[in-house]
Amino acid sequence: MSHRPVTTESFGVKLLLIGATVLVLVLFLLLPLCAVFAEALRKGADVFFASLRDPVAASAIKLTLLTAGIAVPLNALFGISAAWLVTKFRFPGRTFLVALIDLPFAVSPVVAGLVWMLIFGSKGWFPPSEMAEFFAPLAKVVQSIAHTPGFGWLAGLGDWLERPKIVFDLPGIIIATVFVTFPFVARELIPLMETQGTDEEEAAITLGAKGWKVFLRVTLPNIKWGLLYGVLLCNARAMGEFGAVSVVSGHIRGKTNTLPLHVEVLYNEYQYSAAFACASLLALLALVTLALKDLIERFSGHAGSRGH
Amino acid sequence: MSISIRSITKTFGAYKALDKVSLEVPEGSLTALLGPSGSGKTTLLRIVAGLEFADEGSGAIHFHGEDVTQVHAGQRGVGFVFQHYALFKHMTVADNIAFGLSVLPRKQRPPSAEIRSRVTELLSLVHLEGLEKRRPDQLSGGQRQRVALARALAIRPKVLLLDEPFGALDAKVRKDLRRWLRRFHDEINLTTLFVTHDQEEALELADQVVVMANSKIEQVGDPQQVYDHPATPFVIRFLGNVNSVRDPRDPESPLYVRPHDMNILFAAEADPATDRVARVHHLFSAGPIARLSLRLEDGQFVDAEISRQQLDELALGVGDPVAVRFQGASRFE
Repeated sequence: MSHRPVTTESFGVKLLLIGATVLVLVLFLLLPLCAVFAEALRKGADVFFASLRDPVAASAIKLTLLTAGIAVPLNALFGISAAWLVTKFRFPGRTFLVALIDLPFAVSPVVAGLVWMLIFGSKGWFPPSEMAEFFAPLAKVVQSIAHTPGFGWLAGLGDWLERPKIVFDLPGIIIATVFVTFPFVARELIPLMETQGTDEEEAAITLGAKGWKVFLRVTLPNIKWGLLYGVLLCNARAMGEFGAVSVVSGHIRGKTNTLPLHVEVLYNEYQYSAAFACASLLALLALVTLALKDLIERFSGHAGSRGH
Repeated sequence: MSISIRSITKTFGAYKALDKVSLEVPEGSLTALLGPSGSGKTTLLRIVAGLEFADEGSGAIHFHGEDVTQVHAGQRGVGFVFQHYALFKHMTVADNIAFGLSVLPRKQRPPSAEIRSRVTELLSLVHLEGLEKRRPDQLSGGQRQRVALARALAIRPKVLLLDEPFGALDAKVRKDLRRWLRRFHDEINLTTLFVTHDQEEALELADQVVVMANSKIEQVGDPQQVYDHPATPFVIRFLGNVNSVRDPRDPESPLYVRPHDMNILFAAEADPATDRVARVHHLFSAGPIARLSLRLEDGQFVDAEISRQQLDELALGVGDPVAVRFQGASRFE
C-alpha cells in the first residue's frame, strides 16, 4: 500500500467528496447563472439591449445606482466608526453594541422594511403630516434660497421638505438599504482591527500625532484591504436587496422601483426576456464582485487568513 | 531631564495595579523597573509616558521639576519603544523614523530635506545605514528594535522609555543588544527608564534598579546594592538564585544564602558551631561552575556553586559527606 500523509483521504473518498461538491456547485450555482444569461439572450441581442434601454428599466437602474451610491459610503463611514469605537475602547454595553451590529443579518429583510413603515408610515410614529409640520419653517427658508439665481437646484430639496415622504420615496429606500447592509463593513473591520491592536496608534500618539492624523496615517492604511472588501460586499447587497426595499418602496413604476424590484414586476407581467435581461445585469454584478474579491485577496495576501 | 514620580496609584476596576508608588529617576541615568508580571512595572511606565493616567488626585509626575501629570502623551516629549516595536507596517523605515517630525504642525515642521538628513543621521546612530527603503517585515527582530529606537529619538525626547526592549528577541541577539544599548546610552546620555522581568538584564544594564512586586516598590538601588544588600525576602529571591534554609534555632525566620556563598569543606573539617553537615545529592559539573545539590542532616535541600578547581580538590562524588559553611547569610524581620 502506498504511504500517504495521515491527514489525507484515500483516492476513492477524495473522488466522492470532490464529485459531490462539484455536483452541488453546478446544480445550485452554475446552472442558474447560465440559465439567466441564456434566457436573457434567447430573443437575440437586439431585444436584450432594448429591454435595458426601456425608460422604466433605465430609471430602475438609475435608482439602484443612486441608492448604492448613497448607502455604501454611509455604511463605510458607520462601519469604520463602529469598528473604531468597539476595538479601541472598553466601555459598559460594548458587548451589547457588538451584538446589535449583527441585528440586520438576523432579521428577515421583510421585517427590516416593515419596521420603517411602522415608524414613518401614515399611521406610524412620524407620519408624513407631522413631518411636514416639523419641516415647514426649514422648507420656507430653502425655497426662498432656491428662488435666488444659481440656487435653483435646491428646489427639489425644498419640494421634499414641503411634502416630506420617507416611505414610498427615495429616503425610505435608502434607509432600508442602509439598515440591511450595515453589518458588512463593521463585521469585516472589527476582527481585523481587534487583531491589529492599538500598539501602532499608541506609538503614533507618543510621537505627537493627534486623533485625526493617527486615524488617517496609521489606522486607515492598515485596514484598507478589509475596508475595500467590506465595501464590495456591502455594495453587492445594496444593489441586489429585494425584501426590505420591496416593502418600503410602494412599487411606484418609474419612480421607486429599484432593479431587483423591476425584475419582479417584469416577470409578473410575463415579460420573461426583459426580466431575464435585467436579471442578467444583477448576475453580472455578482460576477464582477467575485472577481474583485479575488483580486483583493491576492493583493492583500490574506487569502487564507480571513474567516470566509 | 530627571523624572519624579510621586505617590502614584492606579486602579483598573477592582484591581490595584500601583499602590502609592514614588520614585526619583536621576537625569541621564539608565534605570530598570524590574519585577515579575503583575508587579505594576509596565503600568508605571505607561503612566510616565502619558498612555495611562493615574487615579484622580492620586499623585504627580514631574519632568525636571515641571508637572506633566495632566499633560497628553503627545505633548510630554517622551520617546516610547514598545515591546513588539509597533512599527508602522505600511511605511518604509525612513517614513517610520520621520513620522514624529512629519506630524508636527506646519509652523514647527522642519523642511523635508532636513527631515531626510535627520533620518540618515539616526540610522547611522543605530548602525542601520542604508536601510531607508526597507519595510518592517523585511527586517530582523534586532533591526526592528533599533528602528523603533531611532523613531523614538527623532523627536528629541526628554526621556526615553522602553517596554521589555529585548523580550521578543532570542538569547544571543538579546545579549548583543544589551551591550549595545549600554554603550549607546553612555553616548547619548538621555534619561532612560526601561521595564524588564529579566533580573540578569537589569543588573547588567542599569545604573539604578527598582525592584517591584505586587503594585509596590520593594527596593531601589544600584545593582551592587540590591544584589548584595537586599532589603526584603522578595528581592533576594528575585535577584539570582538563593537558598532559603530553615534555622532550627529560629524556625520562623529562614536564612537566605546564595549558592556561591556556600563554602564547601571536607566533612572532617566541620566546625560544629557554625557548619552544617550534608551529603551530596546531585552533581552537575559541565561548564566553568560546578553545581551541587546537597541534603542537610535535617532533610532540607540546598544548592551550592563552587569552581571546578574546588570540586577537583574536594574530589566529590554523589553520596559523599561534606561540611557546609554559610558565608554572608541574610535574615529579614
